[in-house]
Amino acid sequence: MKFAVIVFPGSNCDVDMYHAIKDELKEEAEYVWHDSESLEGFDGILLPGGFSFGDYLRTGSIARFSPVMKEVEKAAKAGKPVFGVCNGFQVLLEAGLLPGAMHRNESLKFICKNVSLKVENNETMFTSAYDKNEIISIPVAHGEGNYYCDEETLARLEENGQIVFTYHGENPNGSVKDIAGIMNEKGNVLGMMPHPERAVDPLLGGADGLKLFKSILKQWRESHAVKA
Amino acid sequence: MFKVKVYVTLRESVLDPQGTAVKNSLSKMGYEGVEDVRIGKYMELMIEDKGQDLESAVKDMCGRLLSNPVIEDYRYEIEECVVS
Repeated sequence: MKFAVIVFPGSNCDVDMYHAIKDELKEEAEYVWHDSESLEGFDGILLPGGFSFGDYLRTGSIARFSPVMKEVEKAAKAGKPVFGVCNGFQVLLEAGLLPGAMHRNESLKFICKNVSLKVENNETMFTSAYDKNEIISIPVAHGEGNYYCDEETLARLEENGQIVFTYHGENPNGSVKDIAGIMNEKGNVLGMMPHPERAVDPLLGGADGLKLFKSILKQWRESHAVKA
Repeated sequence: MFKVKVYVTLRESVLDPQGTAVKNSLSKMGYEGVEDVRIGKYMELMIEDKGQDLESAVKDMCGRLLSNPVIEDYRYEIEECVVS
């Protein structure tokens, strides 16, 4: 399986993402600069964390108009897995590929630590390797992870099982309903604030994030298996 | 040449943690009666007159980039100005 790691000016978790795919998942990965106009040949699209365009105006608001985003939209429409972490999540929200918006953490502080997450939905292409309600430990590092959506949107998210991860125990940023990660209705676009790509090796503090990438791979293999 | 003044504010339904922090600070400084502070953004755009439909262009810019309609409202003023 071949992943594109999209790199915007100011992305800084692109190398972690690449490492997670290449060295831990042991699949193919390639960096794709934000002004690229093609994502042909890629089976999955990854939008890494960072501070694209310096977080100017609003997080993700300028990156959302980078030429590559048209291709990301196409990939999402085609049903390919599109996964945004942290700033990547913020870009997906600004692009309208996921509902809602992000604003400042309630505490106004940048938070950098491990948090406990609950897997709310394990019947997705991103979480099938987890158990339902499994509690996992994944690091967060953000100043604007306070997810907001109106009540109508929230009801829709809940009804469709689009809330994939919630914070377990302490909510670090004040997000609505403790939301840490959501997907689109179709189930192929996921955005989350915590960084599973930084939790793929027990040597570096934990490997709870690896199952997310393994889930994506499993789904891809199953859908591309040669049927006898 | 036109000067377009754009004001972006958080929607009323959206909490403003920055505004709350500033409000608390003002209270601590001894200013009485400050019941609410909401922080927004102010932008100035200088736009050359090319006979375009300025009004609809500005609305477009505000809705697509300058504000996020999910959490923000915007208003604008257009002033004609003479460049020397």
